[in-house]
Amino acid sequence: MNTDSEVAEVFRAEYGLVLATLIRSFGDFDLAEESLQEAFSLAVRAWRAEGMPERPAAWLTTTARRKGIDRLRRDANLARKTRLLETAGWVSGDRSTTDEEVSVVTDERLRLIFTCCHPALALESQVALTLRTLGGLTSAQIARGFLTSEAAIYQRITRAKRKIRDARIPYEVPTDDSLTERVGAVLAVIYLIYNEAHSSTSGDDLNRPDLAGEAIRLAETVVSLMPDEAEAVGLLALLLLTDARRAARLDSSGELVLLEDQNRKLWDREMITRGLDLVAAVLRRRQPGPYQLQAAIAAVHAQAEAAVDTDWMQIAALYGELGHHQPSPVIALNQAVAVAMWRGPEAGLALIGPLADRLDQYRPFHVARADLLARVGRKDASATAYRQALALPGNNVEDRYLRRRLDELGGAPD
Amino acid sequence: MLLIYENEGEWDRMGEDDRNQSFGSHIGFANRLRAEGRFVWGDALSPSVTATCVRIENGRRSISDGPYAETREQMGGFYLIEAEDLDQALADAGDLPSRPGQIVEVRPVLDLTR
Repeated sequence: MNTDSEVAEVFRAEYGLVLATLIRSFGDFDLAEESLQEAFSLAVRAWRAEGMPERPAAWLTTTARRKGIDRLRRDANLARKTRLLETAGWVSGDRSTTDEEVSVVTDERLRLIFTCCHPALALESQVALTLRTLGGLTSAQIARGFLTSEAAIYQRITRAKRKIRDARIPYEVPTDDSLTERVGAVLAVIYLIYNEAHSSTSGDDLNRPDLAGEAIRLAETVVSLMPDEAEAVGLLALLLLTDARRAARLDSSGELVLLEDQNRKLWDREMITRGLDLVAAVLRRRQPGPYQLQAAIAAVHAQAEAAVDTDWMQIAALYGELGHHQPSPVIALNQAVAVAMWRGPEAGLALIGPLADRLDQYRPFHVARADLLARVGRKDASATAYRQALALPGNNVEDRYLRRRLDELGGAPD
Repeated sequence: MLLIYENEGEWDRMGEDDRNQSFGSHIGFANRLRAEGRFVWGDALSPSVTATCVRIENGRRSISDGPYAETREQMGGFYLIEAEDLDQALADAGDLPSRPGQIVEVRPVLDLTR
């Protein structure tokens, strides 16, 4: 029979779907959430006794709706709200959820994504609300994932819900004229979740939720709901190809391992295969964009058996293309590094030089410069650049790596 | 409510033609909303040098010269419109005749009957 962990898994998988349907029905985030919580606790008891229903999502939706109506009936604003429910046409008693209703649920989830990632909400609120409503994470879990306090996350979510209600942020898929922009906002939220999860490796908290995995799940959802959006596919491929390297990113003592030094046998082959297939398919659509180009760069890395086999010429060209779509000194820096690998450190240094003004406060700039200077034998200049890098904020793992490099140069690590 | 903020110096520097063009596009904007039955009210305000603030200080009413916020951007006008939801209001705000530095703040009017 089903164990509690099976039940927990169903909750996790169905949370976003069921919540989206309920929000659509009630037009109220809080009521939807509270009713769903109630339905979940009933489910634990009922399913333990009677076994898992055939369609858990439909069971949860029906139960939560009844609970929601009960709540509304107890509500002081009963009259007004009942009128709303009557207009919606489902207040009359024990209607159960039909198959047809469950199948349109995917559409409801799409609306929910656009509401959660509406640009009228603060970016940090978009992130928290997306993880809460679509990912089904608790405030406590989100807080652990971002190494911040539960109160802060709770406040972000509360503030976001209030603005959705009071400013009347619609619960709709945007119209065509703003769709591209709004899809961009959704993808940016997912990318941000991944990057935050990926870079905040400093915590040793084993209870931290896997936010990187959560970001990939969200990207998969977006791709399944909007298969025509090439950039969504690009983002999913990028996350898969980046995350495939996760096991090789840190060594046994938790030290950061650079891409070129990583043990490529630790890379997740299955993820890489999925990522490569997606990149190949989406690039054939000929609607290139920043996520697809970054995915293509990750794909070139993934295809090299060893670091020395990397096709740096192709990577330099892809960064050049990326720079056309998204001009930025950081992309120019990455292109310079690729050129250095392809045509030698002198060529790289020549491209890096002009970026100094704009990237003076950007740690990876000094790290890259230090590395290239060491390669051409300018040890003192290299040590100075490593010290400049260390003077800028970064995480502990990276600090230790930079000090190690500085030691190898024979410079005093101060 | 659409609140239009802009750098007042910008307006002073504009030539006659540019000003007329700006008025014209505001009239067009208001007419379109009227035709859709969504226009409630809209006006331009006199420059912020005409502003006076009234407040309670130490239990007494005090009056002071100047606008409340001493920022470069000052409220130059407003529209009160009917909108289905935020996205429609934002689309309207985006249609407002706009110069660089002009900001349109969109705020729902508080519904006290709710």
